[in-house]
Amino acid sequence: MTTVTKHHDTGSTRGSGPMIEAVDIHKRFGHVEVLRGIDLEVAAGEVFCLIGPSGSGKSTFLRCINHLETIDAGNLRVDGDLVGFEQHGNVLHALPEKKIARKRAEIGMVFQRFNLFPHMTALQNVMEAPIRVRKESRTIALERALALLDRVGLADRRDNYPSQLSGGQQQRVAIARALAMQPKLMLFDEPTSALDPELVGDVLQVMRSLAEDGMTMVVVTHEMAFARDVGDALVFVDGGRVVESGHPRDVLTNPQHPRTQSFLSRLG
Amino acid sequence: MILADEEHFGQPTALTGKTNDVSVPVKVVAVRRYGTWALGLAVLAVLAFVVRAFARANIEYSLIPGYLVNRSILTGVAHTLELTLLAMAVGLALGVMTAVMRQTHNPVLRGVALGYTWLFRGTPLLVQLLIWFNLSIVFKNLSFFGLYSTPMNTLMTPFVAALLGLGVNEGAYIAEIVRSGIISVDDGQSEAAAALGMPQSLTMRRVVLPQALRVIVPPLGNEFIALLKYSSLAYTISYTELLQSANKIYTTNFKVIELLFTVSIWYILLTTVFTVFQQILERRVGRGHTRPTEGIGRRLAVNLMRFRR
Repeated sequence: MTTVTKHHDTGSTRGSGPMIEAVDIHKRFGHVEVLRGIDLEVAAGEVFCLIGPSGSGKSTFLRCINHLETIDAGNLRVDGDLVGFEQHGNVLHALPEKKIARKRAEIGMVFQRFNLFPHMTALQNVMEAPIRVRKESRTIALERALALLDRVGLADRRDNYPSQLSGGQQQRVAIARALAMQPKLMLFDEPTSALDPELVGDVLQVMRSLAEDGMTMVVVTHEMAFARDVGDALVFVDGGRVVESGHPRDVLTNPQHPRTQSFLSRLG
Repeated sequence: MILADEEHFGQPTALTGKTNDVSVPVKVVAVRRYGTWALGLAVLAVLAFVVRAFARANIEYSLIPGYLVNRSILTGVAHTLELTLLAMAVGLALGVMTAVMRQTHNPVLRGVALGYTWLFRGTPLLVQLLIWFNLSIVFKNLSFFGLYSTPMNTLMTPFVAALLGLGVNEGAYIAEIVRSGIISVDDGQSEAAAALGMPQSLTMRRVVLPQALRVIVPPLGNEFIALLKYSSLAYTISYTELLQSANKIYTTNFKVIELLFTVSIWYILLTTVFTVFQQILERRVGRGHTRPTEGIGRRLAVNLMRFRR
């Protein structure tokens, strides 16, 4: 078993404040305003769950955190640094591609559709970024990749291509791939939504163990049991705004806002 | 339910309750296709007529085996191969570059790429070859900032003109093939790569292009085989490729058809060999995909019966 080591950087503002700080985030696609002022804060080491109906903007917000989407307005910081911009005086300068890539490398992301590289084996998928992006030596990358595959229970599948793995196995390889970059923060975009029901458990188990190791995790999910048992904080997002927030147990068992109540009651 | 009863399974008559002695042999008669037979006979008749005409014509077939290994014909084969391989290399380099340029956010690069494909796909290859060959009319000398200068006439030999003509034209077509390959790769792949901190160039090289290859290789094989045959156009600018070599012989001895047959046999031979290569290549780039590639017979059929432009 490997323990996930926290990434330490020498930036002066980093490591002290919240891991994610979002103030009044707006995002529009054409004429559709998807995010209409999201405010939230994610503490380091916290498992932060985002729930809400489809189209509520929760996935879009998640993608803003590692700059897969650019926000239109608001103030979004990860570990004290602005996402996608650098502030000099009163002017925001958009970051060049290389710097954006460097920031993204510190944030792991797991997708609903896994998005493993189909032309690479499980092991190659996990080793690719450490070798190509971090320029790690093969031996070091291999050692960590094997440990991570073991951790997600797929040591014996290292030489399989994604097409030879079940959805649940693919998603666990995807988690190992993200962890291989030793991220300080992990984003999960509905990681179990594309899985057959009997495969969900294994993936959630891996996420649970990750949470126990103290990884900061932002999870967009429909798995209310996971949110209740593992989550430290939860927000209910609807219409591009945070409607209700609090401890998962409180929000899920005793929702205050009528929209939260109706959403949760529809889940049964 | 009688359907669920295993003993009655497969005996539909039991369903209706009728008794039917299954031991009586039943003769099965397929639908008779008289039309197919008639058509087949007609095709055979036409074939027989054509074969007879060729057989009775004044053609010395016994000369063909000798011409197949004739020294200047073999030189022609070598030149054709050399020209095709190099032109393909030029085309691939230009094609991949142009396709990637089309996908960038830089409007200048996109415009240049678009203009290139527009121009070279929009004019006939033969015309392009002639223009390259006569480039000295436009540029008297080729010079690099006064450091090096040479008259265009000595530089633009038939080989160079043919290589540039075929290669640059091919690049415009390959660009579209590569672009279609790039587009065929799921956006999620680039996103996953981006999320891992891979810059665009690395993503293209390690993630997108290797996957695009699977889509690109079959039409690329097509292009190669088409190029092999289009290289015969270099004949017009007096490059001694296969057709020109044959031409040189039959202008002196008038064995026109014998030599054209010889040339055809060589082209079919080369096409067949490269079709096998393509098959091997397709299997290699299909890593991670379980769907089998199509059989060699089908591939041959597609490559030999190619219509384009």
